[in-house]
Amino acid sequence: MSPVIEVRNLRKTYGAGDTAVHALRGLDLTVEKGEYIAIMGASGSGKSTLLNILGCLDIPTSGTYLLDGIDTSDFDEEQLSLLRNRKIGFVFQSFNLVPRTTALANVELPLVYAGVRRAQRRERALAALDLVGLKDRTHHRPNELSGGQQQRVAIARALVTSPAIVLADEPTGNLDTDSSREVLAILDRLHASGRTVVLITHEDEVAAHAMRTVRVVDGRVAGVLV
Amino acid sequence: MRLFDIAAFAVRGLTANKMRSGLTTLGILIGVASVILLIAVGNGASSAVQQSIAGLGTNILTISPQRAQPGSPVKPLTTADAAALVGPDSPDVKYASPVVSAQATAGYGGTSYAISQFIGTDPRYFETTNSGVAQGNLFSDNDVQQARKVVVIGATVATQLFPGVDPVGKSMLVNNIPFTVVGVLAAKGSSGLQDADDMAVAPLTTTQNALTGYGSLTQIVVQARSADALPNAQAQVTTILNGRHRISQTADYRILSQDQLLTARTATTETFTVLLASVAAISLLVGGIGITNIMLVTVTERIREIGIRKAVGAPRSSILGQFLIEATLLSLFGGALGVAAGMLGTQFTIAGIKPVLVPSSVLLAFAVSALIGLFFGSYPASRAAKLRPIEALRHE
Ligand SMILES: Nc1ncnc2c1ncn2[C@@H]1O[C@H](COP(=O)(O)OP(=O)(O)OP(=O)(O)O)[C@@H](O)[C@H]1O
Ligand SMILES: [Mg+2]
Repeated sequence: MSPVIEVRNLRKTYGAGDTAVHALRGLDLTVEKGEYIAIMGASGSGKSTLLNILGCLDIPTSGTYLLDGIDTSDFDEEQLSLLRNRKIGFVFQSFNLVPRTTALANVELPLVYAGVRRAQRRERALAALDLVGLKDRTHHRPNELSGGQQQRVAIARALVTSPAIVLADEPTGNLDTDSSREVLAILDRLHASGRTVVLITHEDEVAAHAMRTVRVVDGRVAGVLV
Repeated sequence: MRLFDIAAFAVRGLTANKMRSGLTTLGILIGVASVILLIAVGNGASSAVQQSIAGLGTNILTISPQRAQPGSPVKPLTTADAAALVGPDSPDVKYASPVVSAQATAGYGGTSYAISQFIGTDPRYFETTNSGVAQGNLFSDNDVQQARKVVVIGATVATQLFPGVDPVGKSMLVNNIPFTVVGVLAAKGSSGLQDADDMAVAPLTTTQNALTGYGSLTQIVVQARSADALPNAQAQVTTILNGRHRISQTADYRILSQDQLLTARTATTETFTVLLASVAAISLLVGGIGITNIMLVTVTERIREIGIRKAVGAPRSSILGQFLIEATLLSLFGGALGVAAGMLGTQFTIAGIKPVLVPSSVLLAFAVSALIGLFFGSYPASRAAKLRPIEALRHE
């Protein structure tokens, strides 16, 4: 069986000439289906850059990225949006919920773009919110929710489409210890139910939840700790 | 994904910021309403002018002095000229009234009022110009011979100087000379640019004495026996005047028939309408720039939201669609309200003009506002839809 994520010689350069920043310098990474991986590394080492490319939010300067066995290199914007919608659930450090919109509508959002019918949409969104323990907050807007609750809504949104991979960029970075624990427990459960999870973190306790930790140094994978 | 869901996003986007949506709508409303209203006013003015000229009758010739070539002598139009126009040599001329006119300041009690046309003439003038009397009497030939200080005033002058008072029999000061008001003319209404009731008529002799002096007449107004006799009357008048003024080439006077007057006036009011329409077009354009502005602000302010939508898999077309629907809804809504406001406005008399709605202007204003919304909304929307998700999410 092919790996869910297979990245070969990935490079990402911001800018050009003297001011060019080489965020990724020939990075290789393979993630098998059902794995739970923590990515660690110094600030500026290229972790977010990598994850954004894995989430098809950004495109690499060169290198190949096979997602679920599909080569994404020559995908156009339309096909990439389809991939983002069907295969990927992304959780941001800063939550990124649509403002002035209820938790339920936020979770329904990917399903709308997937063309799911209204009734089924509602049902699945409610199930996802139930999974993150927010069944009683469905009609709250982001500004009426705590940080931890907002992040749980964001996770519900990431998993509502049953994506092949869930990517999380420092999902607990803005949360206190209790909220972090809740979020990590949800990710643990996702992993236990067979989902592939990749998260970025600076904290060893968070990384301890993962099956293995990938260290990124200067835009390359330095070593794999089991 | 269905259009309905996209439209629902658009409506939610609009209702999320009611103030902004409201102000944009207002901008378009004003633009559309002013186009409709100003064109209606222009149209109303020109039809009023046409009506008032047609009301004068089609059997009138107006003779006024005209400078011939430089250096060639100009004889003034005189009372004798006017008298000579009626006689056996001109069987088709019924009347010829000498006319002098000036502006004058009239006073009564504590109030004073500037009359824009103070006319001196003979009693036939009233018949020629279809002027009826509403109160009191007109003056007579005897008043003209005796140069009596009597005056017949227009409806506007009556309401301005004699509010709530019967003017007949009152003494009114014209340029500090007392005149007795003997009658008030029936109202004719405004002809758009000019208020036909803002006038007073006194005997020729008196007016020359008191106001204009004994120079050239301002006009001779000729009434032909009938509308059909007008060309003959014009020929007879020309022959007589050419003889009296010893004209061989260029005449030192000008004869205008009612038809020509109508053409000239219509041209004037058309210019007026075009002027009003361009003012209106500018306000519509300003409304359009308003939409562009708001759409730019809306899109810029929501680039992060666009990034979020793209991150969860929104295709470019749905983002573009959402913002285009928002812009179109705004301009359609504003346009519809503008049409309503414009049509309501045409029910009122504005600056003395009864507006006449031009149906095509409604369509035009509405279509232009909708297109403006679509056109100016599409630029910022397509720019936003093209952003890579991460660029949009990072936007400050
Ligand atoms: N849009 C951009 N334009 C230019 N340079 C960028 C851009 N995004 C990232 N970089 C640069 O690329 C390098 C890697 O950035 P990245 O965000 O991937 O780091 P990171 O490992 O996630 O750091 P942190 O742990 O602080 O989040 C940094 O040197 C950064 O300055
Ligand atoms: Mg980062």
